[in-house]
Amino acid sequence: MDFVDYYKLLGLDKTATSKDIKSAYRKLARKYHPDLNPNDKNAKKKFQEINEANEVLSDPEKRKKYDQYGKDWQHSEQFEKQQQYQQQSANSRKTAYSGSQSGDDFSDFFESMFGRAAGAGHGRQVKYRGEDYTAELQLDLTDAYKTHKRTLTINNRKIRITIPAGIENGQTIKIAGIGGKGINGGPDGDLYITFSIANHPGFKRLGNDLFTTVDLDLYKAVLGGEITIETLSGKVKLKVKPETQNGSKIKLKNKGFPVYKNEGQYGDLYVTYLIKIPTNLTEKQRALFNQLSELQINK
Amino acid sequence: MRTEYLIPIDKFCASHDIEISFISSLQESGLIEITTIKESAFIEVDQLQKLEKFVRLYYELDINLEGIETVNYLLQHINVLQDEITILKNKLRIYETEF
Repeated sequence: MDFVDYYKLLGLDKTATSKDIKSAYRKLARKYHPDLNPNDKNAKKKFQEINEANEVLSDPEKRKKYDQYGKDWQHSEQFEKQQQYQQQSANSRKTAYSGSQSGDDFSDFFESMFGRAAGAGHGRQVKYRGEDYTAELQLDLTDAYKTHKRTLTINNRKIRITIPAGIENGQTIKIAGIGGKGINGGPDGDLYITFSIANHPGFKRLGNDLFTTVDLDLYKAVLGGEITIETLSGKVKLKVKPETQNGSKIKLKNKGFPVYKNEGQYGDLYVTYLIKIPTNLTEKQRALFNQLSELQINK
Repeated sequence: MRTEYLIPIDKFCASHDIEISFISSLQESGLIEITTIKESAFIEVDQLQKLEKFVRLYYELDINLEGIETVNYLLQHINVLQDEITILKNKLRIYETEF
């Protein structure tokens, strides 16, 4: 495990007074506190680091030990009085902020030097809500189209959740009580799941509306007819008007995406026709097109 | 039935080692709502998370009430902007991806 320079983390040198430490810590805590930086993983990590630095440097006993062994702590008698030390510090008043209270908020370096018990759970017996967890879940567009259940493993705990149809890309839902355990009997934290919905090769989604492009052969575009297209709810027959233009758009009402938490309501599907010009014409076809062209000129 | 979802303010304050006057100040600022039943003050469970956040800002980060009001407003504003960014990103995906 890597040595952590707590002085550097707080922007201090070794001669810093306890007042300097308190001031530097408070300044950085205001900057990186999770309450002031929601959903910012970097800020949370930084806050945990400065919390750990303060935990050590604001405690004269811990600071002394850290200063004494510091970088070379592995070669010292680091464990000689660890058990005894932990018992002494268990009754000391808590000085660290409570933005993150779980035991794994301290680095391996900290736990090796001071022990896990020294960093968590001591001090005033205040009830704290457990840490909120965040997770990202990737879905296909077809998954998001239907309400379905998923089993997730969060910190070795399996949970089954229902994902309502119509969930948006980037949308976050809260699962109450599935976060970190509460401290001293406080309530458990929540789990926040952000959905990442992959693009679909055939459909684009904007809100509840879907957009698709359908190839249409020239003859049907000119003369009209019937085609079958794919939608997310199955195949649909469409009547093509005679003289349909390339790029023209039609709307299929209620064939779009389900409206989130509004069962039975759907957006619309917009179909854009892409007219395919025939290739590899036969002699006869070419002759007929020439005839058509002449007719057009003489019209 | 309703009291099942309410937490007595005095218990909350005792549990968090804070003064009741702080909760009253938050209520006066409109940051939280307090329910009074038979002269006892309660806070709804739904507001617990918000209240605990204000406690941390006040007691641990030394942010005064005016500061908390400002922070709260700005955090709400950030939420609105983040939602807007999500909507705009999703709109942009329509033009960035090819079928």
